[in-house]
Amino acid sequence: MLPELGQMALLIAFVLSLLLGTLPLWGAQRGNVALQLTARPLSFALLAAVTVSYILLTMAFVQHDFSVAYVAKNSNTLLPVMYQVSAVWGAHEGSLLLWVLTLCVWIAAVAVFSKNLPDVVHARVLAIMGLVALGFLAFTVITSNPFERMLPAPLEGHDLNPLLQDPGLIFHPPLLYIGYVGFSVAFAFAIAALIEGHIDTRWIRWARPWTNVAWAFLTLGIALGSFWAYYELGWGGWWFWDPVENASFMPWLVGAALLHSQATTEKRGSFSSWTLLLAIAAFSLSLLGTFLVRSGVLTSVHAFASDPERGMFILAFLCCVVGGSLVLFALRAPKEAGKPFQWQSRESLLLLNNLLLTAAAAMVLLGTLYPLLADALGLGKVSVGPPYFGKLFLILMAPLVLLIPFGPLSRWQRENLSDIARWLAPWLALAVLIAVIAYFRAPQHPLKSAMAWFSGIWLALGTARFVWHRFAQSQGRFTAEIIGMVTAHAGVAVFCFGALMTEGLSVEKDVAAKPGQSFEVGDYRFTFLGVTEVAGANFIAQRGDIQIGIGERHLGILHPEKRQYASGGSSMTEADMHGGLTRDLYVALGEPTDNAGGWALRLHVKPFVRWIWFGAILMALGSLIVIFDKRFKRKGHEA
Amino acid sequence: MSRLLPLLAFIALALLLFVGVRMNSGKDNSAIPSPLLGKAAPELLLPELVLPESHLGIADLKGKAYVLNVWGSWCVSCRVEHPVITELAQSGIMVVGYNYKDSPEDAARWLARYGNPFALVVQDRDGQAALDWGIYGAPETFVIDAAGVVRFKHIGPLTPEIVQEKILPVLQEAP
Repeated sequence: MLPELGQMALLIAFVLSLLLGTLPLWGAQRGNVALQLTARPLSFALLAAVTVSYILLTMAFVQHDFSVAYVAKNSNTLLPVMYQVSAVWGAHEGSLLLWVLTLCVWIAAVAVFSKNLPDVVHARVLAIMGLVALGFLAFTVITSNPFERMLPAPLEGHDLNPLLQDPGLIFHPPLLYIGYVGFSVAFAFAIAALIEGHIDTRWIRWARPWTNVAWAFLTLGIALGSFWAYYELGWGGWWFWDPVENASFMPWLVGAALLHSQATTEKRGSFSSWTLLLAIAAFSLSLLGTFLVRSGVLTSVHAFASDPERGMFILAFLCCVVGGSLVLFALRAPKEAGKPFQWQSRESLLLLNNLLLTAAAAMVLLGTLYPLLADALGLGKVSVGPPYFGKLFLILMAPLVLLIPFGPLSRWQRENLSDIARWLAPWLALAVLIAVIAYFRAPQHPLKSAMAWFSGIWLALGTARFVWHRFAQSQGRFTAEIIGMVTAHAGVAVFCFGALMTEGLSVEKDVAAKPGQSFEVGDYRFTFLGVTEVAGANFIAQRGDIQIGIGERHLGILHPEKRQYASGGSSMTEADMHGGLTRDLYVALGEPTDNAGGWALRLHVKPFVRWIWFGAILMALGSLIVIFDKRFKRKGHEA
Repeated sequence: MSRLLPLLAFIALALLLFVGVRMNSGKDNSAIPSPLLGKAAPELLLPELVLPESHLGIADLKGKAYVLNVWGSWCVSCRVEHPVITELAQSGIMVVGYNYKDSPEDAARWLARYGNPFALVVQDRDGQAALDWGIYGAPETFVIDAAGVVRFKHIGPLTPEIVQEKILPVLQEAP
């Protein structure tokens, strides 16, 4: 009975989104205020309907209602309650419902916080978001109904994919979705502006906090996914250039460009059509990500069970949304206005930042789709791997790293870059000096280690130089916007240092260990004590005991596991690590090597690896701090 | 004109994706027969990838039937077929890994990440020896019988159906 109610709620939501997508838009065209005002109540009703549907699906999981096909496929009675709740978004149908729910939460949030907007803009923005919701609800109802019954009901379900039975993965999809979907706000504002026919810096000021929140969540989502891969997948890597990772990384890059160009357009009026295009692109890439993951076009470890019919549906939807908005853009994009600027100015630097970030996104897009292109043209099956992505990405990001400290120090409109160069020169020299020392002292990969020290120190000191400049010049007046920017740029410094140090100085050893044997990796000592069998809630594990130490000091005992889940399938590796600020010690269990208790072990020492995620958290935090700036709190309709 | 550029770029992208979805709905990778079928397999004169779990050498292959799986850590489809290979190996069939155009470090890491089903891994770093085998990509899979004759070849990722319907029968009828 309850699943049918859930389905009913989903259908009601579909009708509500149809109304939300049409009535206010029509009202806005006709100047009918009554119709425009339907937007807000319809938004709330839509959220309510989708929430009911979502809660009912969760209840089906918690009550083990295996007559629902989706529940039977992704849960079983042994599954811990925490994972029963998160299993809702563990596969295609449910995660799509979560997508829709997230979108409806954003719609309702815009409805609540947009009271100051003119009714027409308000109606258009909500209606456009309603149309996006309509597309996704149609997709859910037509091709991916999570409430479909399976009769007779099986007594026991399969299991949630063991890979997903991890606390980190509970929050990874919701965070990502909040980010993805959040770009729909900037998108809706861009489309509303294009329909309106002229761009008003007010809408940009209005859209900026939303973009910042979306980007911050996307950053956290990606970072969490990367951290999960690091400790769950068992070999200590943190980024794989996997098609699905790329799918989330492209909107992130374009989103980062959008943050900067929105700020420019809001303050100076420059780049207005470029900002509109980026807003469209950021959301389009989020949709493209959804398409790539679910259509089966690209093979990937993350891919959901794919289905050509679903692929066609999303492709059609993608064409409507992206094609439609780009047609609108071609017809109505505003002429470049804005205040004039010289080439030595903050505008130019921001333009350069935008070009580098979008070029990086284009590079990732090309690399991700190239295998498909080659296949379509009959050039054979090709894979594009980390060598391509890693090198090109480094080449594109290196100038960005060099330029970051210049941006905040420069002035709008015109600037004498040689002044700034003079301020920064000592710090640049210091960074180079340290990099040279690092180059000659590095035990391996000297270039990477030099780049790590250079980028970390240059970015940190360059940003600090700006803070000092600010103290000296404007009596230490720091707005939330500036504090946020400094935090995020410091995050980039921390990230670059961590990423390059890990890449350059990690030591790994694969060994065949006998009980009692010790191994030296870097300065650390790993002693293998043996493997015992332990039982978990829904799995049996081989559990290793490895003592770690440095010199005379014992640091503790690590317990990597190899798990076999009761529901069958291949075994899972649970690595264990001793984390620290300056290094992680990481142990993963391989396979048994003989019958006398010998096992293959992977031992890693990873310097500064945690800084990668500290950096990401700082970037996200910085992006969030910006929204508390006074400029976004201004009431009323004034410009 | 410049305003039309994003639209044109998107149309090209949409066309590509359309072709991609269509291709995906009726894939047939095994259309190209190998000239090696029924002939003696080329000798494996490749360095072995030293892994803690490996317990065989190339010399041990003589007189035994085995499955040769061509893979690389850079190859996404290899990840897709990896559970199938693992199951095949667990069912007691000897599977030899042919590590194609890869670095030893990346290969070892890949196996650490996804598990190592191979009794033995040989390395073809620059893809020279692959010419003898007629390999032109990864993944590809060969079945070689105890007499050293190539009995079956498949291009593209293995599926449980191919293992059931093609590989196991070939292995059973082989001497």
